[in-house]
Amino acid sequence: MDANEYVVRTKGLVKEYTMGDQTLRALNGVDLDIYRGEYISIMGPSGSGKSTLFNAIGGLDKPTSGSVFINDVDMAQLDAQELAYLRCHTIGYIFQTFNLIPVMTALENVTLPTIFAGMSTDDGIERGMELLKIVGLDQRLHHKPFELSGGQQQRVAIARALANNPSIILADEPTGNLDLKTGQEIIALLKRLNVEQGVTIISATHDLKMLDISDRIVWIRDGRIDKLEERKNIELKMGEMEGEPVH
Amino acid sequence: MSVDKPSAHMSHKEVRQQIKLPFSKAVEISLRSIKIRFARSIITAAGIMLGIAFFASVRMSAEFSVIHEKIVHETVAAFQAGKLHHITEDQTRMISSATTDVKAAQQDALAARERLDWLSIMALIVCTVGITNAMLMSVTERYKEIGTMKCLGALDSFIVKLFFIESCLTGFISSVIGFLLGWFIISLVHIFTDGMLAFGAQYWKSSLTLFGLSVLIGTFLTFIATIAPAVRAAQMPPAAALRVEI
Repeated sequence: MDANEYVVRTKGLVKEYTMGDQTLRALNGVDLDIYRGEYISIMGPSGSGKSTLFNAIGGLDKPTSGSVFINDVDMAQLDAQELAYLRCHTIGYIFQTFNLIPVMTALENVTLPTIFAGMSTDDGIERGMELLKIVGLDQRLHHKPFELSGGQQQRVAIARALANNPSIILADEPTGNLDLKTGQEIIALLKRLNVEQGVTIISATHDLKMLDISDRIVWIRDGRIDKLEERKNIELKMGEMEGEPVH
Repeated sequence: MSVDKPSAHMSHKEVRQQIKLPFSKAVEISLRSIKIRFARSIITAAGIMLGIAFFASVRMSAEFSVIHEKIVHETVAAFQAGKLHHITEDQTRMISSATTDVKAAQQDALAARERLDWLSIMALIVCTVGITNAMLMSVTERYKEIGTMKCLGALDSFIVKLFFIESCLTGFISSVIGFLLGWFIISLVHIFTDGMLAFGAQYWKSSLTLFGLSVLIGTFLTFIATIAPAVRAAQMPPAAALRVEI
Protein backbone atom coordinates (compact mmCIF):
# COMPACT_ATOMS: atom_id res chain seq x y z
CA MET A 1 0.00 0.00 0.00
CA ASP A 2 1.27 3.45 -0.84
CA ALA A 3 1.96 5.28 2.40
CA ASN A 4 0.82 8.52 0.84
CA GLU A 5 -2.56 7.30 -0.24
CA TYR A 6 -4.29 8.05 3.04
CA VAL A 7 -3.95 11.34 4.83
CA VAL A 8 -6.08 10.35 7.81
CA ARG A 9 -6.86 6.91 9.18
CA THR A 10 -8.78 6.07 12.31
CA LYS A 11 -8.78 2.65 13.92
CA GLY A 12 -11.41 1.54 16.42
CA LEU A 13 -11.98 5.07 17.64
CA VAL A 14 -13.95 5.22 20.90
CA LYS A 15 -14.76 8.32 22.90
CA GLU A 16 -16.63 8.18 26.17
CA TYR A 17 -17.87 11.12 28.18
CA THR A 18 -18.58 10.71 31.85
CA MET A 19 -21.49 12.72 33.13
CA GLY A 20 -21.94 12.11 36.83
CA ASP A 21 -22.15 8.33 37.17
CA GLN A 22 -23.34 7.84 33.59
CA THR A 23 -20.99 7.03 30.77
CA LEU A 24 -21.97 8.26 27.33
CA ARG A 25 -20.33 6.65 24.34
CA ALA A 26 -20.13 9.38 21.68
CA LEU A 27 -17.95 7.32 19.34
CA ASN A 28 -18.27 3.57 19.30
CA GLY A 29 -15.52 2.10 17.16
CA VAL A 30 -14.99 4.24 14.07
CA ASP A 31 -12.69 2.97 11.32
CA LEU A 32 -12.29 5.54 8.60
CA ASP A 33 -9.68 6.01 5.89
CA ILE A 34 -9.53 9.34 4.14
CA TYR A 35 -7.70 9.69 0.84
CA ARG A 36 -5.28 12.47 0.14
CA GLY A 37 -6.94 15.29 -1.77
CA GLU A 38 -10.53 14.20 -1.38
CA TYR A 39 -13.50 16.21 -0.19
CA ILE A 40 -15.25 14.14 2.41
CA SER A 41 -18.35 15.10 4.33
CA ILE A 42 -19.27 13.62 7.67
CA MET A 43 -23.04 13.75 7.86
CA GLY A 44 -25.36 12.89 10.66
CA PRO A 45 -28.01 14.30 12.97
CA SER A 46 -26.87 16.35 15.97
CA GLY A 47 -25.68 14.15 18.79
CA SER A 48 -24.57 11.47 16.36
CA GLY A 49 -20.93 11.96 17.28
CA LYS A 50 -19.72 13.85 14.23
CA SER A 51 -18.27 16.73 16.20
CA THR A 52 -16.56 14.26 18.49
CA LEU A 53 -15.06 12.55 15.44
CA PHE A 54 -14.01 15.97 14.12
CA ASN A 55 -12.27 16.75 17.44
CA ALA A 56 -10.53 13.38 17.52
CA ILE A 57 -9.24 13.69 13.94
CA GLY A 58 -8.09 17.25 14.59
CA GLY A 59 -6.23 16.33 17.75
CA LEU A 60 -8.41 18.70 19.73
CA ASP A 61 -9.49 15.99 22.14
CA LYS A 62 -8.01 12.63 23.11
CA PRO A 63 -10.02 9.54 22.23
CA THR A 64 -10.75 7.08 25.04
CA SER A 65 -9.34 4.26 22.94
CA GLY A 66 -8.39 3.57 19.35
CA SER A 67 -6.04 5.65 17.29
CA VAL A 68 -5.86 8.39 14.70
CA PHE A 69 -3.08 8.43 12.12
CA ILE A 70 -2.28 11.67 10.33
CA ASN A 71 0.12 11.09 7.44
CA ASP A 72 0.78 7.68 9.01
CA VAL A 73 1.88 9.18 12.34
CA ASP A 74 -0.06 7.98 15.38
CA MET A 75 -1.36 11.07 17.09
CA ALA A 76 -1.35 9.41 20.51
CA GLN A 77 2.46 9.16 20.27
CA LEU A 78 2.95 12.90 19.88
CA ASP A 79 3.95 15.14 22.76
CA ALA A 80 2.53 18.62 23.30
CA GLN A 81 5.10 20.30 21.05
CA GLU A 82 4.56 17.88 18.19
CA LEU A 83 0.82 18.15 18.54
CA ALA A 84 1.06 21.94 18.36
CA TYR A 85 3.28 21.59 15.31
CA LEU A 86 0.70 19.34 13.69
CA ARG A 87 -2.10 21.81 14.42
CA CYS A 88 0.02 24.65 13.13
CA HIS A 89 1.33 23.12 9.90
CA THR A 90 -0.70 20.10 8.89
CA ILE A 91 -4.29 20.87 9.83
CA GLY A 92 -6.38 23.99 9.25
CA TYR A 93 -9.55 24.34 11.31
CA ILE A 94 -12.81 26.01 10.39
CA PHE A 95 -15.62 26.29 12.92
CA GLN A 96 -19.33 26.88 12.86
CA THR A 97 -18.90 29.98 15.01
CA PHE A 98 -15.90 31.23 12.96
CA ASN A 99 -13.78 31.67 16.14
CA LEU A 100 -11.79 34.63 14.91
CA ILE A 101 -9.78 36.44 17.57
CA PRO A 102 -12.08 39.42 18.22
CA VAL A 103 -9.32 41.92 19.03
CA MET A 104 -7.45 41.35 15.77
CA THR A 105 -8.13 42.57 12.25
CA ALA A 106 -8.82 40.17 9.39
CA LEU A 107 -5.21 40.37 8.29
CA GLU A 108 -3.85 39.88 11.82
CA ASN A 109 -6.09 36.85 12.28
CA VAL A 110 -4.74 35.29 9.11
CA THR A 111 -1.16 36.19 10.03
CA LEU A 112 -1.28 34.71 13.54
CA PRO A 113 -0.58 31.07 12.51
CA THR A 114 2.39 32.26 10.43
CA ILE A 115 3.86 33.90 13.55
CA PHE A 116 3.60 30.58 15.40
CA ALA A 117 5.21 28.90 12.40
CA GLY A 118 8.19 31.21 12.73
CA MET A 119 7.59 33.18 9.54
CA SER A 120 8.95 36.73 9.49
CA THR A 121 6.43 39.56 9.91
CA ASP A 122 6.81 40.75 6.32
CA ASP A 123 6.43 37.30 4.84
CA GLY A 124 3.45 36.65 7.10
CA ILE A 125 1.71 39.84 6.00
CA GLU A 126 2.39 39.07 2.37
CA ARG A 127 1.01 35.57 2.81
CA GLY A 128 -2.03 36.92 4.67
CA MET A 129 -2.84 39.44 1.92
CA GLU A 130 -2.46 36.77 -0.73
CA LEU A 131 -4.85 34.45 1.12
CA LEU A 132 -7.41 37.16 1.78
CA LYS A 133 -7.33 37.90 -1.92
CA ILE A 134 -7.98 34.24 -2.69
CA VAL A 135 -11.08 34.28 -0.47
CA GLY A 136 -12.16 37.61 -1.98
CA LEU A 137 -11.60 39.87 1.02
CA ASP A 138 -8.67 41.97 -0.13
CA GLN A 139 -10.79 45.08 0.48
CA ARG A 140 -11.39 44.16 4.12
CA LEU A 141 -7.86 43.62 5.39
CA HIS A 142 -8.05 45.94 8.37
CA HIS A 143 -11.59 45.27 9.53
CA LYS A 144 -12.25 43.69 12.90
CA PRO A 145 -14.41 40.54 12.97
CA PHE A 146 -17.42 42.43 14.36
CA GLU A 147 -17.26 44.77 11.37
CA LEU A 148 -17.65 41.83 8.98
CA SER A 149 -20.72 39.80 8.03
CA GLY A 150 -20.97 36.12 8.95
CA GLY A 151 -19.97 35.01 5.48
CA GLN A 152 -17.00 37.37 5.45
CA GLN A 153 -15.90 36.15 8.88
CA GLN A 154 -16.02 32.59 7.65
CA ARG A 155 -13.90 33.59 4.65
CA VAL A 156 -11.32 35.08 7.00
CA ALA A 157 -11.42 31.84 8.99
CA ILE A 158 -10.84 29.85 5.80
CA ALA A 159 -7.91 32.09 4.84
CA ARG A 160 -6.51 31.62 8.35
CA ALA A 161 -6.89 27.85 8.09
CA LEU A 162 -4.80 27.93 4.91
CA ALA A 163 -2.06 30.15 6.35
CA ASN A 164 0.62 27.48 6.74
CA ASN A 165 -0.28 25.40 3.68
CA PRO A 166 -1.95 22.55 5.60
CA SER A 167 -2.59 19.24 3.88
CA ILE A 168 -5.94 18.90 5.66
CA ILE A 169 -8.75 21.33 6.30
CA LEU A 170 -11.15 20.29 9.03
CA ALA A 171 -14.43 22.12 8.90
CA ASP A 172 -17.00 21.69 11.68
CA GLU A 173 -20.39 22.78 10.34
CA PRO A 174 -18.84 25.61 8.31
CA THR A 175 -22.23 26.72 6.99
CA GLY A 176 -24.17 26.16 10.21
CA ASN A 177 -24.41 29.85 11.12
CA LEU A 178 -24.87 31.19 7.60
CA ASP A 179 -27.90 31.81 5.42
CA LEU A 180 -28.53 29.66 2.38
CA LYS A 181 -26.81 31.83 -0.20
CA THR A 182 -23.75 32.65 1.90
CA GLY A 183 -23.52 28.99 2.84
CA GLN A 184 -23.45 28.06 -0.81
CA GLU A 185 -20.68 30.57 -1.47
CA ILE A 186 -18.61 29.14 1.37
CA ILE A 187 -19.14 25.59 0.10
CA ALA A 188 -18.11 26.68 -3.40
CA LEU A 189 -15.00 28.34 -1.98
CA LEU A 190 -14.04 25.18 -0.08
CA LYS A 191 -14.53 23.09 -3.20
CA ARG A 192 -12.42 25.51 -5.23
CA LEU A 193 -9.58 25.28 -2.70
CA ASN A 194 -9.93 21.51 -2.74
CA VAL A 195 -9.55 21.43 -6.51
CA GLU A 196 -7.02 24.23 -6.98
CA GLN A 197 -4.76 23.69 -3.98
CA GLY A 198 -5.26 19.95 -3.60
CA VAL A 199 -6.02 20.28 0.09
CA THR A 200 -7.99 17.46 1.68
CA ILE A 201 -11.24 18.76 3.10
CA ILE A 202 -13.01 16.96 5.90
CA SER A 203 -16.24 18.59 6.84
CA ALA A 204 -18.69 17.66 9.57
CA THR A 205 -22.07 18.94 8.52
CA HIS A 206 -25.75 18.33 8.26
CA ASP A 207 -26.07 20.73 5.36
CA LEU A 208 -27.36 18.74 2.40
CA LYS A 209 -25.88 21.28 -0.03
CA MET A 210 -22.55 19.71 0.82
CA LEU A 211 -23.60 16.46 -0.84
CA ASP A 212 -23.28 17.89 -4.33
CA ILE A 213 -19.61 18.60 -4.11
CA SER A 214 -18.34 15.90 -1.75
CA ASP A 215 -16.35 13.03 -3.17
CA ARG A 216 -17.53 10.78 -0.40
CA ILE A 217 -20.08 11.05 2.35
CA VAL A 218 -19.78 9.30 5.69
CA TRP A 219 -23.06 8.90 7.52
CA ILE A 220 -22.64 8.75 11.27
CA ARG A 221 -25.32 7.44 13.56
CA ASP A 222 -25.04 6.68 17.27
CA GLY A 223 -21.28 6.94 17.22
CA ARG A 224 -20.78 4.48 14.38
CA ILE A 225 -20.34 4.74 10.65
CA ASP A 226 -23.76 4.01 9.29
CA LYS A 227 -22.73 3.99 5.67
CA LEU A 228 -20.10 5.36 3.36
CA GLU A 229 -21.17 6.55 -0.02
CA GLU A 230 -19.46 7.81 -3.15
CA ARG A 231 -20.98 10.86 -4.73
CA LYS A 232 -21.80 9.16 -8.02
CA ASN A 233 -24.08 6.72 -6.22
CA ILE A 234 -25.70 9.54 -4.26
CA GLU A 235 -26.47 11.57 -7.34
CA LEU A 236 -28.52 8.73 -8.74
CA LYS A 237 -30.60 8.59 -5.61
CA MET A 238 -30.94 12.30 -4.94
CA GLY A 239 -34.05 12.59 -7.03
CA GLU A 240 -35.96 9.94 -5.17
CA MET A 241 -35.17 10.85 -1.58
CA GLU A 242 -35.63 14.17 0.08
CA GLY A 243 -33.36 15.06 2.96
CA GLU A 244 -32.70 12.40 5.53
CA PRO A 245 -31.02 9.17 4.46
CA VAL A 246 -32.95 5.94 4.52
CA HIS A 247 -31.39 2.57 5.04
CA MET B 1 4.50 0.73 10.92
CA SER B 2 8.28 0.72 10.90
CA VAL B 3 8.14 3.49 8.30
CA ASP B 4 6.49 5.80 10.83
CA LYS B 5 9.34 5.97 13.27
CA PRO B 6 11.89 7.95 11.28
CA SER B 7 9.28 10.41 10.08
CA ALA B 8 8.01 10.91 13.63
CA HIS B 9 11.57 11.46 14.71
CA MET B 10 12.17 14.01 11.99
CA SER B 11 9.09 16.00 12.82
CA HIS B 12 10.31 15.96 16.41
CA LYS B 13 13.42 17.83 15.41
CA GLU B 14 11.57 20.28 13.22
CA VAL B 15 9.15 21.04 16.03
CA ARG B 16 11.84 22.25 18.38
CA GLN B 17 12.93 24.72 15.78
CA GLN B 18 9.71 25.95 14.39
CA ILE B 19 6.90 26.50 16.83
CA LYS B 20 7.53 29.80 18.49
CA LEU B 21 6.16 33.08 19.69
CA PRO B 22 8.84 35.79 19.85
CA PHE B 23 8.68 37.94 22.98
CA SER B 24 8.25 41.15 20.97
CA LYS B 25 5.26 39.65 19.16
CA ALA B 26 3.79 38.48 22.45
CA VAL B 27 4.13 41.99 23.90
CA GLU B 28 2.52 43.41 20.76
CA ILE B 29 -0.45 41.03 20.98
CA SER B 30 -0.86 41.64 24.73
CA LEU B 31 -0.74 45.40 24.32
CA ARG B 32 -3.30 45.26 21.58
CA SER B 33 -5.44 43.02 23.70
CA ILE B 34 -5.41 45.57 26.52
CA LYS B 35 -6.03 48.49 24.17
CA ILE B 36 -8.92 46.95 22.25
CA ARG B 37 -10.70 45.83 25.38
CA PHE B 38 -10.03 49.24 26.82
CA ALA B 39 -13.31 49.69 28.70
CA ARG B 40 -12.95 46.17 30.10
CA SER B 41 -9.31 46.78 30.97
CA ILE B 42 -10.21 50.01 32.75
CA ILE B 43 -12.66 48.20 35.00
CA THR B 44 -10.14 45.47 35.75
CA ALA B 45 -7.48 48.09 36.35
CA ALA B 46 -9.81 50.15 38.54
CA GLY B 47 -10.18 47.20 40.90
CA ILE B 48 -6.43 46.95 41.30
CA MET B 49 -6.00 50.72 41.37
CA LEU B 50 -8.50 51.32 44.17
CA GLY B 51 -7.10 48.49 46.23
CA ILE B 52 -3.58 49.86 45.93
CA ALA B 53 -4.81 53.43 46.51
CA PHE B 54 -6.46 52.30 49.73
CA PHE B 55 -3.33 50.45 50.80
CA ALA B 56 -1.07 53.39 49.91
CA SER B 57 -3.24 55.89 51.76
CA VAL B 58 -3.35 53.80 54.91
CA ARG B 59 0.39 53.22 54.83
CA MET B 60 1.07 56.87 54.12
CA SER B 61 -0.96 57.92 57.16
CA ALA B 62 1.14 55.56 59.22
CA GLU B 63 4.30 57.10 57.75
CA PHE B 64 3.08 60.58 58.63
CA SER B 65 2.53 59.61 62.25
CA VAL B 66 6.05 58.20 62.39
CA ILE B 67 7.51 61.34 60.85
CA HIS B 68 5.57 63.49 63.29
CA GLU B 69 6.75 61.65 66.27
CA LYS B 70 10.28 62.02 65.05
CA ILE B 71 9.90 65.75 64.51
CA VAL B 72 8.40 66.25 67.95
CA HIS B 73 11.19 64.25 69.48
CA GLU B 74 13.89 66.23 67.69
CA THR B 75 12.31 69.62 68.39
CA VAL B 76 11.85 68.91 72.08
CA ALA B 77 15.42 67.64 72.33
CA ALA B 78 16.75 70.70 70.53
CA PHE B 79 14.67 73.01 72.71
CA GLN B 80 15.87 71.38 75.90
CA ALA B 81 19.46 71.59 74.74
CA GLY B 82 18.89 75.26 74.17
CA LYS B 83 19.71 75.11 70.49
CA LEU B 84 16.30 76.18 69.34
CA HIS B 85 15.48 79.86 69.78
CA HIS B 86 12.29 80.47 68.02
CA ILE B 87 9.53 77.97 67.46
CA THR B 88 7.07 78.20 64.64
CA GLU B 89 3.34 78.04 65.16
CA ASP B 90 3.15 74.57 63.64
CA GLN B 91 5.86 73.26 65.90
CA THR B 92 4.23 74.74 68.99
CA ARG B 93 0.93 73.11 68.21
CA MET B 94 2.55 69.79 67.51
CA ILE B 95 4.67 69.80 70.63
CA SER B 96 2.00 71.07 72.96
CA SER B 97 -0.39 68.37 71.82
CA ALA B 98 2.33 65.79 72.20
CA THR B 99 3.84 66.81 75.51
CA THR B 100 0.89 67.46 77.80
CA ASP B 101 1.07 63.88 78.90
CA VAL B 102 4.08 62.19 77.36
CA LYS B 103 3.22 58.65 78.41
CA ALA B 104 -0.40 58.80 77.30
CA ALA B 105 0.58 60.41 74.05
CA GLN B 106 3.08 57.67 73.33
CA GLN B 107 0.50 55.02 74.07
CA ASP B 108 -1.97 56.77 71.82
CA ALA B 109 0.50 56.88 68.98
CA LEU B 110 1.30 53.21 69.43
CA ALA B 111 -2.38 52.25 69.40
CA ALA B 112 -2.96 54.40 66.34
CA ARG B 113 -0.11 52.77 64.51
CA GLU B 114 -1.39 49.31 65.40
CA ARG B 115 -4.80 50.25 64.05
CA LEU B 116 -3.22 51.48 60.84
CA ASP B 117 -1.25 48.25 60.48
CA TRP B 118 -4.47 46.31 60.76
CA LEU B 119 -6.08 48.58 58.24
CA SER B 120 -3.20 48.00 55.83
CA ILE B 121 -3.65 44.26 56.10
CA MET B 122 -7.38 44.64 55.54
CA ALA B 123 -6.65 46.86 52.54
CA LEU B 124 -4.39 44.19 51.09
CA ILE B 125 -7.00 41.47 51.57
CA VAL B 126 -9.67 43.60 49.89
CA CYS B 127 -7.17 44.34 47.14
CA THR B 128 -6.37 40.63 46.61
CA VAL B 129 -10.01 39.61 46.40
CA GLY B 130 -10.79 42.42 43.97
CA ILE B 131 -7.87 41.64 41.69
CA THR B 132 -8.50 37.88 41.73
CA ASN B 133 -12.11 38.44 40.82
CA ALA B 134 -11.30 40.79 37.96
CA MET B 135 -8.53 38.66 36.47
CA LEU B 136 -10.41 35.37 36.85
CA MET B 137 -13.24 36.90 34.87
CA SER B 138 -10.92 38.24 32.20
CA VAL B 139 -9.38 34.78 31.67
CA THR B 140 -12.72 32.95 31.76
CA GLU B 141 -14.31 35.17 29.13
CA ARG B 142 -11.45 34.32 26.80
CA TYR B 143 -11.56 30.51 26.94
CA LYS B 144 -12.73 30.41 23.36
CA GLU B 145 -9.87 32.60 22.22
CA ILE B 146 -7.43 30.36 24.07
CA GLY B 147 -8.90 27.25 22.41
CA THR B 148 -8.70 28.92 19.01
CA MET B 149 -5.08 29.90 19.49
CA LYS B 150 -4.25 26.32 20.40
CA CYS B 151 -5.93 25.15 17.20
CA LEU B 152 -3.65 27.50 15.29
CA GLY B 153 -0.63 25.83 16.80
CA ALA B 154 -0.04 27.78 20.01
CA LEU B 155 1.74 25.89 22.78
CA ASP B 156 0.39 26.07 26.32
CA SER B 157 3.37 28.25 27.14
CA PHE B 158 2.36 30.87 24.51
CA ILE B 159 -0.99 31.32 26.20
CA VAL B 160 0.64 31.63 29.60
CA LYS B 161 3.19 34.05 28.16
CA LEU B 162 0.48 36.29 26.70
CA PHE B 163 -1.43 36.41 29.97
CA PHE B 164 1.78 36.89 31.92
CA ILE B 165 2.71 40.01 29.94
CA GLU B 166 -0.82 41.32 30.00
CA SER B 167 -1.24 40.86 33.74
CA CYS B 168 2.14 42.37 34.57
CA LEU B 169 1.42 45.41 32.41
CA THR B 170 -2.08 45.88 33.81
CA GLY B 171 -0.86 45.30 37.35
CA PHE B 172 2.06 47.67 37.01
CA ILE B 173 0.20 50.56 35.43
CA SER B 174 -2.78 50.30 37.79
CA SER B 175 -0.53 50.07 40.83
CA VAL B 176 1.40 53.19 39.82
CA ILE B 177 -1.82 55.15 39.30
CA GLY B 178 -3.34 53.68 42.46
CA PHE B 179 -0.33 54.63 44.53
CA LEU B 180 -0.24 58.17 43.16
CA LEU B 181 -3.93 58.56 43.91
CA GLY B 182 -3.76 57.34 47.52
CA TRP B 183 -0.48 59.07 48.23
CA PHE B 184 -1.54 62.41 46.75
CA ILE B 185 -4.86 62.56 48.58
CA ILE B 186 -3.37 61.69 51.95
CA SER B 187 -0.53 64.18 51.46
CA LEU B 188 -3.00 66.87 50.49
CA VAL B 189 -5.17 66.16 53.53
CA HIS B 190 -2.06 66.32 55.67
CA ILE B 191 -1.07 69.73 54.35
CA PHE B 192 -4.45 71.10 55.35
CA THR B 193 -4.49 69.60 58.82
CA ASP B 194 -0.86 69.77 59.94
CA GLY B 195 0.96 72.15 57.63
CA MET B 196 4.08 71.64 55.64
CA LEU B 197 6.37 70.58 58.46
CA ALA B 198 6.44 66.87 57.70
CA PHE B 199 7.49 67.30 54.07
CA GLY B 200 11.22 66.84 54.45
CA ALA B 201 13.75 64.27 53.34
CA GLN B 202 12.13 61.65 55.54
CA TYR B 203 8.80 62.19 53.79
CA TRP B 204 10.24 61.67 50.33
CA LYS B 205 12.19 58.66 51.46
CA SER B 206 9.09 57.02 52.93
CA SER B 207 7.07 57.91 49.84
CA LEU B 208 9.61 56.29 47.56
CA THR B 209 9.76 53.13 49.67
CA LEU B 210 5.99 52.96 49.76
CA PHE B 211 5.83 53.51 46.01
CA GLY B 212 8.11 50.54 45.42
CA LEU B 213 6.15 48.40 47.87
CA SER B 214 2.75 49.30 46.39
CA VAL B 215 3.83 48.65 42.81
CA LEU B 216 5.48 45.40 43.78
CA ILE B 217 2.45 44.17 45.70
CA GLY B 218 -0.01 45.30 43.02
CA THR B 219 1.89 43.74 40.15
CA PHE B 220 2.58 40.54 42.04
CA LEU B 221 -1.03 40.09 43.16
CA THR B 222 -2.31 40.70 39.62
CA PHE B 223 0.21 38.25 38.24
CA ILE B 224 -0.70 35.55 40.77
CA ALA B 225 -4.43 36.08 40.25
CA THR B 226 -4.07 35.76 36.46
CA ILE B 227 -1.54 33.03 36.06
CA ALA B 228 -3.39 30.27 37.92
CA PRO B 229 -6.57 30.44 35.78
CA ALA B 230 -4.50 31.08 32.63
CA VAL B 231 -2.39 27.95 33.19
CA ARG B 232 -5.53 25.94 33.81
CA ALA B 233 -7.14 27.26 30.65
CA ALA B 234 -3.99 26.65 28.61
CA GLN B 235 -3.81 23.03 29.74
CA MET B 236 -7.37 22.23 28.70
CA PRO B 237 -7.72 20.24 25.48
CA PRO B 238 -8.69 22.76 22.76
CA ALA B 239 -12.03 21.03 22.24
CA ALA B 240 -12.95 21.60 25.88
CA ALA B 241 -11.83 25.24 25.82
CA LEU B 242 -13.86 25.88 22.67
CA ARG B 243 -16.96 24.32 24.20
CA VAL B 244 -17.01 26.69 27.17
CA GLU B 245 -19.91 29.11 26.93
CA ILE B 246 -20.17 32.07 29.25
